Amino acid sequence: MRRYSAFAIAREALRHHAGWGRAWASPEPKKRYDVIIVGAGGHGLATAYYLGKNHGITNVAVLEKGWLGGGNTGRNTTIIRSNYLQDPSAAIYEKARSLYETLSQDLNMNVMFSPRGVIMLAQTHHEVRGYQRTAHANALQGVATEFIGPARVKELVPIINLDGPRYPVLGGLWQARGGTARHDTVAWGYARACSAMGMDIIQNCAVTGVETESGQVRAVNTSKGRIECGKLALVVAGHSSELAEMAGFRLPIESVALQALVSEPIKPCMDVVVMANTVHGYMSQSDKGEMVIGGGTDGFNNYTQRGSFHHIEETVRALVETFPMISRLKMLRQWGGIVDMTGDRSPILSKTPVGGVYVNCGWGTGGFKSIPGSGWAMAELVAKDAPGPLAAPFGMERFREGRFIDESVAAGVAH
Amino acid sequence: MLTLECPYCGIKADETELAPGGEAHLKRQGPGASDEEFEGYMFARANPKGVHFERWRHAMGCGKWFLAARDTVTLEVYGTYPAQTAAPPKALMEKIEKRQSDRGGK
Repeated sequence: MRRYSAFAIAREALRHHAGWGRAWASPEPKKRYDVIIVGAGGHGLATAYYLGKNHGITNVAVLEKGWLGGGNTGRNTTIIRSNYLQDPSAAIYEKARSLYETLSQDLNMNVMFSPRGVIMLAQTHHEVRGYQRTAHANALQGVATEFIGPARVKELVPIINLDGPRYPVLGGLWQARGGTARHDTVAWGYARACSAMGMDIIQNCAVTGVETESGQVRAVNTSKGRIECGKLALVVAGHSSELAEMAGFRLPIESVALQALVSEPIKPCMDVVVMANTVHGYMSQSDKGEMVIGGGTDGFNNYTQRGSFHHIEETVRALVETFPMISRLKMLRQWGGIVDMTGDRSPILSKTPVGGVYVNCGWGTGGFKSIPGSGWAMAELVAKDAPGPLAAPFGMERFREGRFIDESVAAGVAH
Repeated sequence: MLTLECPYCGIKADETELAPGGEAHLKRQGPGASDEEFEGYMFARANPKGVHFERWRHAMGCGKWFLAARDTVTLEVYGTYPAQTAAPPKALMEKIEKRQSDRGGK
């Protein structure tokens, strides 16, 4: 792997950029790997990366049905925050956020992490109390957030309309160290680093079956043939139920489409991320100038990567009343991702009924921001066959035990 | 836009007029059930990529609950039927099978 640096740019500038080489290799699968990870999105690649970096396991393959980072990793609104109410959530999301701060240096690839700050608007008295409580909880968890009043909100977001027709802005939960990152580059950076450690990233390779022997995983059957494995990690977000069925167990997951859209690019007008959960909409401005807008999830199970049109209408209506200046913006693109929702809106990082099979799923609408923390915790789970402190509360047995991690912040919308 | 016909009032309603209610034909568990049974009833879901039997309520219309068979990939609605049904009607199952064999496989 060629290291990226200012010197490398200067050197390549002098020879027509002929020497960069490929960022990662695309090998044919070997006969056997110690660990196979299904899903080359952010979470799967991060799991592979930390398996190598933290645990020295590098005989790893990452299998991907489509192309690398082509699922939800490339379909989100790139928001990073960790202002969660419950201790286990705050711990894993804060781990992820703190890893994002040094990810560019770590991966030797600029993921453009921009800690521009995230503000969640409080627009009802209920929300004011809720966010004040979250700010107190965050103080105890060591996550830097504060509850701010409307005047400070206006100072941070000059284009906001504090006195909206339905819900006036009464304050907000402000996390100054939250922000955004370049989503594709997160996947590419992890892939490049994994490939440099000797791991195989195999794209266009769909898993069609999981072979088990006396309750222990032996191999996976794929569109590129049978591949033996010691351990198998399923990290496939919206398609987790399908993979679990192949392995012979069921998950407490329902898959729905979550939508986002971007506007035409305009001059810089908003340098923070604003989320308005009461009216269901959130918005930030990309480096290109587009307003990146996140909407709601569908209410019914589907795998369409499209989403229902009326959610766009609701989202845009909410944002026009919050930011009147965007009312004449044209929307350029709209897309959907299949998110995996659990009953308590918290993820699952867990051993499964099948020996040597682990799942990492259920991130729902909050997948992108958690990628480094999720990979870190999942790698430990896979390497040691036991969850570390970050993953332990997220075992799937919590649904049987009634020990939910009930994240009202992650209320099925707004991440 | 998703359109379902309410089997009670016969109105073809679009999804903004309806409220989705999740997987149908779940076996209800009560006191005396084991932890596993209760977990299955409360949380474990088929979540198929294909035909999904599900509950809907004609919320902005007659207000009644009904059941539907819908494809989660194509959003094709195979049919709707009354909620007081323990299993999908035979005619509907045959229709689904025929549609699938017409399309060739799954």
